[in-house]
Amino acid sequence: MSTPADTMKSGPRGRSRGTRTVIAVLYAVAVPVVLIVAWLIWAGVSPQIFFPSPIAIAEAFVNTWLGPSLTNDVIPSLARLGVAIVLAITIGIAAGTVIGLTPWLRELLEPVLEFFRAIPPPVLIPVFTLLMGITTSMKLAVIVAGAFWPVLLNTIDGVRSTDSVMTETAQSFRLTRAERLRYLVLPSAAPRIMTGVRQTLSIALIMMVISEMFNTSSGLGYRIVYFQRNYLIAEMWSGIVLLGLVGVFLAAVFTFVERRVLRWYHGIKETERA
Amino acid sequence: MSTPVSTPVTTARRRRAARKAILGLLGVLGFLATWQLIPMMGIIDERFLPSATTTLARLGELVLDLEFWRNVRRTLTYWALGLAIAVVLATALGTIVGLVPFLRRATHTSVEFLRPIPSVALIPLVILIFGIRTPAALVIIVYASFWQLFIQVLYGVGDVDAVARDTAKSFRLPRSHRLRYLILPTALPYFMTGVRLAAAVALILAVTAEMTIGVPGLGNVINLARNAGDSPTLYAVVVVTGLLGLVINLVFRAVERRVLGWHQSVRGEVAL
Amino acid sequence: MPDTLLEVHQLKKVYETASGPVEAIGDISFDMRQGELVCIVGPSGCGKTTLLKCIAGLLKPTAGTIRLADRPVTGPPESMALVFQEYGRSLYPWLTVRGNVELPLRHQKMDAAQRSRLVDDALEAVGLEHAGRSYPWQLSGGMQQRVAIARAVAYHPEVLIMDEPFAAVDAQTRADLEDLVRALHIERGMSILFVTHDIDESVYLGERVIVLSTSPTWVQDDIAIDLAPERDQITTRALPRFTELRTHVYEQIQRAKRGEAVRPQA
Repeated sequence: MSTPADTMKSGPRGRSRGTRTVIAVLYAVAVPVVLIVAWLIWAGVSPQIFFPSPIAIAEAFVNTWLGPSLTNDVIPSLARLGVAIVLAITIGIAAGTVIGLTPWLRELLEPVLEFFRAIPPPVLIPVFTLLMGITTSMKLAVIVAGAFWPVLLNTIDGVRSTDSVMTETAQSFRLTRAERLRYLVLPSAAPRIMTGVRQTLSIALIMMVISEMFNTSSGLGYRIVYFQRNYLIAEMWSGIVLLGLVGVFLAAVFTFVERRVLRWYHGIKETERA
Repeated sequence: MSTPVSTPVTTARRRRAARKAILGLLGVLGFLATWQLIPMMGIIDERFLPSATTTLARLGELVLDLEFWRNVRRTLTYWALGLAIAVVLATALGTIVGLVPFLRRATHTSVEFLRPIPSVALIPLVILIFGIRTPAALVIIVYASFWQLFIQVLYGVGDVDAVARDTAKSFRLPRSHRLRYLILPTALPYFMTGVRLAAAVALILAVTAEMTIGVPGLGNVINLARNAGDSPTLYAVVVVTGLLGLVINLVFRAVERRVLGWHQSVRGEVAL
Repeated sequence: MPDTLLEVHQLKKVYETASGPVEAIGDISFDMRQGELVCIVGPSGCGKTTLLKCIAGLLKPTAGTIRLADRPVTGPPESMALVFQEYGRSLYPWLTVRGNVELPLRHQKMDAAQRSRLVDDALEAVGLEHAGRSYPWQLSGGMQQRVAIARAVAYHPEVLIMDEPFAAVDAQTRADLEDLVRALHIERGMSILFVTHDIDESVYLGERVIVLSTSPTWVQDDIAIDLAPERDQITTRALPRFTELRTHVYEQIQRAKRGEAVRPQA
C-alpha cells in the first residue's frame, strides 16, 4: 500500500536519503512497539489471567513450538496447508480456464457453481469426515474443497473477458491454441486470478485450523484447543501468535509473487495515475 | 407485432436468456441426478451420502419444524449483528485512517500484520473470555469481516483522482463539500465491494462460530447431526447454509449493481 | 508471379443485429497489385472496419469473395499482418516491446538467432531499437503504434493492412508515422492497404485512393494519385496537384454523404 504519493510528498522537503529511511522505519515500527510496551506495562501493573505478558508468551512460544511439537504438529500442519494450497490453485485455474473458454459449459455449470461457492467452507468438514473418515487425505481434501472456489470463479470470469481487439490480434497473426493460452488468455486473466488466490489463501488457512480442532490428536488447531481446555493460557497465546505468523508469511509470499506476476498491471495503474 | 423495431431486440435477448436458463436448469438437474445415482448405485454408502431425494425429503420435514426456523434466525442474527458492527467500525476507522496521511503511514505495518491473522485462531481466546455465549461468536465474525471492508475503504478514500482533487482545490471547495462530492463518490464502489465481501465472510464465520464455539444455530445443528449419525439432516442443513449464502450473495450483488449503476463498466459480449 | 495481390469481388456483408438485419456493405469490388499502397477513405460509419475485418478473415462476408495471392480468404491468411487503430488493446501489456514483436514469430519454423534478427531489424525500421526492453504502456501513443507496426514488419507479410492506425495520435506524431509508412513502402517494397477517414492523409500516402460511399457501401471512386513517390510533408502538401486531388476526393465524399452518387450496376 505504499503509494507513490507518499514518496513524492517526502521528496521536496529536501531531507537526505538517510533521514528519510530512518523516518520510514520509525513509522513502520512505532505503533507495534508502543502497543507491545503498553501491554508489557499493563501486564506488570495489573496481571490479567487471560492476557499474560508478552514475555511469558514469547517463552511459551519457544518452549512449545520449537520442541517435539515442531515435528509432530507444526510441520505436518504446514505441509498439508502448502500441498492443499498448490492443489487448490492448480485445480482452480485449470478447471476455470476450460469452463471460461467453453460458453455452453459455463452456462450449464453456472447455477451449480454459484450454489457451491456460497456454502460456508467449514460445513464441509463434517461432510468430509463422514465420507472419508479422519485421514490425512481427508484433511487435505477438505482444505482443497473449501478453498479452491475463489480461484475457480475468478479464473472463469477473467478468462471469458479477454479483450476483443487482443483476441483479434491473436487470430490475425494466427497464434496457435497453446500460444493464445500462454500469451493472451492467462496473462489477461491474471489480475482476476490473483484476486482469487488471495481469498483462497485465507480460506485454506481457516480450513486447516478448524479441520484440526475436532476429532484429531495432532496439528496446530488441535494444540491450541488443547491449551485452551487445560487453561495453559500463555501456550494458547503462543499458538495464536504462530497462526498469525503463518498468515503474515502467506500474505508476504503472496505479495512477493503478485508483484512479479502482475508487474505490468501495477505499472499501467501507476502510469494512469500520473 | 405493433413495434417492429423493438421486437427483434427482445426476441434475440429473450432467446439468449432462455438458452442460459435452460442450460442452467439442465446443470442443476444433472447435479441432482448424479447425487441421486451415486448412493443408489452403491458407489458411496447411503449412510455416508444420503441420496438427493432422501436429503430433500428431510429438508421438507425441517421446513415444517419451528425449531429449524429458530436456528435459521439465530444464525442470521449473528450474521447481521456481526456485519453491522464490522461495517460501522470499518467505515469510521477506514475513512479516518485513509484521509489522514500520518495515521495511514503509522498504522501500515500494524494493519499488514493484524489482517492476515485467521480469525478462527482467536476462537480459544474468546471462549476463555466470554464463555459459550453470543459475544464470543460476534468477536470472531466482526474480526474477520472488519478487515475485508476496512481495506476497501482505505483504498477507496485514497483513490481520488489527482485531476479531480486539483479541480476541487482550485475551486476552493470547502472540506465538507470535498468529502461529499469527491471522496464519497470515489470511495463508494470500494465500499460496496467491501460490504459484499464482508457479508459473505460474516456468514462463513457465523456458521463456523456455531460449529466450533458451540453457540446455538445452524452450525451447531450440523455438529449435533454429525454426532448423532443423522446424515440426512447433516446434508439438508449444509444445503440450507449454501442457500443462505446464495441469497446473501445475490442480494448484495443486486444492491451493488443498483447503487453503482452509473459506475459499472459493463462490456457485453462482443456482437460482431 | 501474378500481378494482382488482393482481389475483392462483389463483397456484401449484412449484420444480424438485435434490431434486425443491417446492410453494412452493399457491393464492394476492387483489386490491389503487388507492391501498391492503396488508401481507402469514406465517410464515418461507412463500414471501413467491416471491410477490413472481412479482408483479414476475421469476419465472414455474407456474399462475394476475397482472394489473396490467388487463394480464397476463409480465415486469417498466413501472409497478412494487421495494424489496429486501438494500439493500446492490440499490444499485450504483459509482454515487453520485444516480446510483442516476437510473438507472431514464435510458431514459425526458425531458430532463435534468426527470430532475434528479424525483431532487431523491425524495431530498427520503426526507430525503436533502444526500446525493446520497455513495456508498451511505458511508451507514448505514437511509439506504441510504432511497436504495432514493427510487429507487422517482422512478420514479413505479403500485405500489410492498417485500420485507421493514426486516428488516436497527435498531429505531429501522425506526420512522422505517415512518413514511416511511406518509407516502409518505398524502401522495403511492402504492399499496404491503408484505411483512413482523413482525406489529406489518403492523398499524401496513397498511390491510389478508393472512395467508399455511405452504408450500404460500394466503391464510389477509384483515383490514381499521380504524385512523385518521394513525398515530403511540406513540399508535397504544397503542390497544386496535391490540392487538386484532395479537392477531388473531398467532393466525392461530400457527394457520398449527400447520397447523390449513383450505385454502379454490376
